[in-house]
This record gives sequence, structure tokens and C-alpha cells, in this order.
Amino acid sequence: MSHPTKPTDVGMNRTGVAVSPIDSKEAIDGAIEGTERPDASAAALEQVRLDYSREATPVGTMPPPASPKGAIKAVVTAVKGKHAMVFLDLIGERLAFERTGTRLYEAVLVKLAAGSSRDGGPDREDLERIRDDELRHFALLQDALISLGADPTAVTPSADVTGVASMGLVQVVTDPRTTLTEALKTMLIAELADNDGWLILADMAERLEETDLAASFREALDEEEQHLARLRTWVTADLDAQAGLEPRPVEPVEVPQPPG
Amino acid sequence: MAIDILAEKGVPLDRQVFTWRDMVRQPYSKLNDDAFTRVRVILMNGIEAEALRFGHSAARMNKALQVPLARVRRIEQHQQTLVNWLNPPDQSPLETTIGFEQVAIEVTAALAQHEPDSYLAQVYRFGLLEDFDHMQRYAALLDRVEGKDANTLLQSYTDIRPGRPTKVEHRDPADDLRNHYDRTTAQPLTKLNASVLMAAEHQTHDYYMNIGPTFADPVARLLYAEIASIEEQHVTQYESIIDPTESWLEKWLLHEATEVYTYWSCAQQENNRVIKDIWTRFCDYELGQLHFVMDLMKEIDRRDPEELLPRELPDPIKFESQREFVRRTLEAEVDLRASGPHFIDVSQEPGDAPSVLQREQLNRDGSPSEIIAEGYRWVPGTELADRAKAFRGNAEGRIS
Repeated sequence: MSHPTKPTDVGMNRTGVAVSPIDSKEAIDGAIEGTERPDASAAALEQVRLDYSREATPVGTMPPPASPKGAIKAVVTAVKGKHAMVFLDLIGERLAFERTGTRLYEAVLVKLAAGSSRDGGPDREDLERIRDDELRHFALLQDALISLGADPTAVTPSADVTGVASMGLVQVVTDPRTTLTEALKTMLIAELADNDGWLILADMAERLEETDLAASFREALDEEEQHLARLRTWVTADLDAQAGLEPRPVEPVEVPQPPG
Repeated sequence: MAIDILAEKGVPLDRQVFTWRDMVRQPYSKLNDDAFTRVRVILMNGIEAEALRFGHSAARMNKALQVPLARVRRIEQHQQTLVNWLNPPDQSPLETTIGFEQVAIEVTAALAQHEPDSYLAQVYRFGLLEDFDHMQRYAALLDRVEGKDANTLLQSYTDIRPGRPTKVEHRDPADDLRNHYDRTTAQPLTKLNASVLMAAEHQTHDYYMNIGPTFADPVARLLYAEIASIEEQHVTQYESIIDPTESWLEKWLLHEATEVYTYWSCAQQENNRVIKDIWTRFCDYELGQLHFVMDLMKEIDRRDPEELLPRELPDPIKFESQREFVRRTLEAEVDLRASGPHFIDVSQEPGDAPSVLQREQLNRDGSPSEIIAEGYRWVPGTELADRAKAFRGNAEGRIS
């Protein structure tokens, strides 16, 4: 957004009742008159949710092994039984998240180009590096799934559900009306979730004794922790500057260089 | 400011042009723009949707009209796109639904008051109280599922309280049909009003049918299923009041006149300057389309279209709060039911009336509109603001 009006400027926001006190009093009185015995328990709503939840089937299930190698791997990990599918589902989830994450950072780069650069905020190179990390993590997860005999093009149930949860992230960062600050705050949500996602994944790889995968997942987690730390710094610096506060001392974040 | 639609020729069809960037513009602000800007955008999208719907029906039945209809339809398609794309992306489908019901309440109430035909005014008041109840149900859904306050969209222009309960709005199909106006004697305003409401209700039905399945919550899916069914009834009601003996060209002419009238009404009252320019531009486009159809009527039907049109448009549709009228109507007519084309008091409806049996069947496993709004009372800041009172201090100067 390049427009000089900032969302934090005082303007004509009409959403609150204080903007139209006379009409609002009428609306409040009308609601009271129209509902003699209010009851906020919403018990009937809860009961219907319960009825449907008890009968619901999942959003989908895991795909069958993609190759004979997959079948073999499935046998090898038979002792781990159901854990193998849980593991593959988690990898599928991170894969989808990293793929969307790459697209999210591409959109944030446009925000940077549209807005004015600020002290303490990211520059183009910073954001491009993170975007490239997300893309590299996507590739890492594709390889992981192939090595386990799974199909990296399949949408696993967790990938689907996390995709639904992420819909709002895409909606915010691709909206031309949102600012770089708003986009960075949105990416903070993404990175917070992503950090825990990698932590859970790396932990499970270790417990399943998938040593090589665990090591590469830990490496990715380290990089994601850097992303999170940098985003926190950028968002804080940005908000401080907008609020007219003195800049805080910034702890340097070690940025690992991408391999190769 | 009056407009002489017979003298004003508007923009000729070959100059009614668009680009994709022209069609896809900055939307209105959900937070800052007046609620009636949203009302006008939603209404005009409905008017344009009806233009396309009618144009396709007419083309299926009239070989001679296919080319001119296709020409005008292409323009209407792009007009509708520009209008509908003014809805902002931070406005969820449920929030847009609140806007749809505000259209149904405020526009219907405005038309009911200036409708010269007393029977049709009654029909409009009957429909009004049903849409009024839908608002209460959707507001409860928005609050209880998403934790959001519908009044942030309504901006206190429209009450959120029960109307004729949705659960009793389900009727036997024959009880949704009304008597139609007589095309030879009805005033032009009567024809325009009927056309506006049919368009608005039809798009509401189609919108709910499209977005209903996008909700995850089963109660939301149920509520949209239930209210979409009522909207289908409303379309049945509103299309039945239009004289079916009008020729296809006569109907087309009235559609174009309705579009001129509605864009003109919007342009008079719009306070978003960019959007006001759109209404003005499209009013001129519609005048061009109206005159195009007038020429066709002379050529094909050998009829003088000026006999069917008023020289000057009636007073514009009032886009303003109709709270007092709605409350009076609610007080006097909430207990009305339909019996064929007539309205009766609930006490006169036999227990085995077809509509009673219809609603008993549909509600046998529970009524979604009752489930979501059980005990619901709107308060500023959502129902949770009341529940949260126990945790709050005594800050001075607070609003609620």
C-alpha cells in the first residue's frame, strides 16, 4: 500500500455504537423489547454440533503407498505401525505449509515494494532469503516423502486442515489495502505455527529413529527459529516507530547462510 | 432532481465499454463506508443479476431477440462485475449476508411505503417481517459462531430482534403465490417496485445457495439451508405479482427502466464519491440500453414504448433507516399467515392447513433458526460483552 493514509490515522470508522449514539440507543432498546428472556447459553447450538460431530467422518484419509519402495518401507516400519502414517501426514502438512509460505513471502515482497522502507524493518534481501528458505524446506520435505515411498503431490488430511486454517493468512497478505506492518504481523502468526510444526516433526523423526530426516528437520527448525526471531524484531520495531517510541536495542539475529 | 427518461438518451451501446482494470477496483471500506453504500452495492448486484437471468430466459424463447439480448447482456455482465467486486475481501460471506438482510429490510420497507397498490404494499410488508427475522438469526450465528457483532455492519440503522419466526415461514407452495398487478392499469411505480424486489430476493436466494456449503459449522449449514428455502418462497411470491401477460419485450423494457430507476436512486444518495460516479455512469448506460429496447419495441412489436413508461421517474428509493415503519408493521402484522394469495391472522389458520403440515414436516428434526437464536438478544459488542461484565472493572466513560 503506497497511499499516505495509514490505518492508524483517525478517520470515519463507523463500526462502533459511539458513532451514532441516538440510533444505537434505539437499536439497544429495540433488542431489549424484542427479547424478553435472553439466554446466552446456546445449549441447542452445542447439541447440534455434538450430534454432527459424533456422526462425522474425517476430511479424508492417507493415500496408499506411492511405489513398491513405499510398500517395502511400510513393511520395514511395521513395528511402528500406525506411527508411520501419522509421520507421513505431518510431513505432508509441513510440505503444504512451506509451499504456501513461499507464496506468502512473495506477496510480502510486494508490500515492501509498495510501501516505504523503515529503519529496523526488513529489506528485500531479508525477505527473499526467508522466501528461499521456505522453498528449500518444501524441497526437503518432497525428498523426505519420496524416500519414505510416499507421494509428495498428495494432500494429506493434516495438510488440508492446516490449509484451511491458513486461508486468512493468504487473504491478508494479498489484499492491496493491507500494509507491510499488517503483513508482517500476519507472517508472525505463520512463523509461530511453523516453528512448532517443525519442532513436532523433528521430534517425531527422532523417536521413530529416522536419524537422517531428524537431522535435516532440526536444521530446518533452526532456520525457522531465525525467521521467527527476525519477524518479532521487525514487527516490534515497526510498531514502536509508528507509535513514536524510542527504538529498542536489537539483539543481533544470526542468519545462517543457505547451503551451496 | 427529476430525470426525463424519454428525452435522456444516455450513452449509446457502442460506447459502453470496459477493461478488466476498470471492472476490478478498490472496494468500499467495510469499516468506514456508510452501511447504505453496502446496501446499494448489494442491491445493484441483484438488479444486474436479474438483468442477466431475464436476458437468458428471453433468449431461449425468442429467436429474433437473441442478438440484441446478447449485446446488452454482455454489458450487464461487466456492469455486474464492477458492482459486485466493490464488496471488500475482508467482508466474510456471513458478514455480507448481514448486508443482504439489511437490503431486504430497508429497501422493502421503503418500497412498501411508497407502493400505490395497497394489496402489493401488504405483500411487501408480509415479506419484510420474514426477512427481518432472518437478520436476528444471522446476527446470532455471527455472534455465537464467530464472536462478531452484526451491528458493526448495520451501523445501528436496523434493529436486530425477532420478526415473524422463521420456523413458521415455511409454507405450502400454493400459499406463496399472490395476485399480480394488471399491466394495463398498474402505475409505473408498481411495476418498478415489483421488479426491484424480485431481483433482490432472487439474488439473495442464489447467494445463500452458493455460500451455504462453504460453512464448516453444521448449525450454519442448517441455517442457510432453511433460510435459502424461505428465499425461494420469496422469489415465488415476488415473481407472481408481475403480470404474466406482459410480452417479452415489455418485460425487457421494464427491466431496463428498473435499472435506470435504481441506479438513479443510488446516485442521488451515495456519499462515497468514487461509487457515486459509478452509479451515475451506469445510470447513463441504462438510459442507453432503455432507448435501445424502446427502438426494438417499435420495430418488432410495432408498439409505442412511451405508453408503458413514465416520462419522469418516481421519487427515488429512500436509502435510510425505516426503523419506525418496521416496528409499526411488526406490532400490527407479525401474526399474519398466508392462505393462497390472501393474508389471514394465525388464529384463522386451520391446524391441518397445507402450510401448517409443510412446516411441521420440515421442522420435525428441529428448527435451525430456533436452534441458533435460542434466547439470543443482541447487545453492542456481542453477547459475550454481557458475559464478560463479571470480569470488568468500572472504567468511567464506557459506552455500554
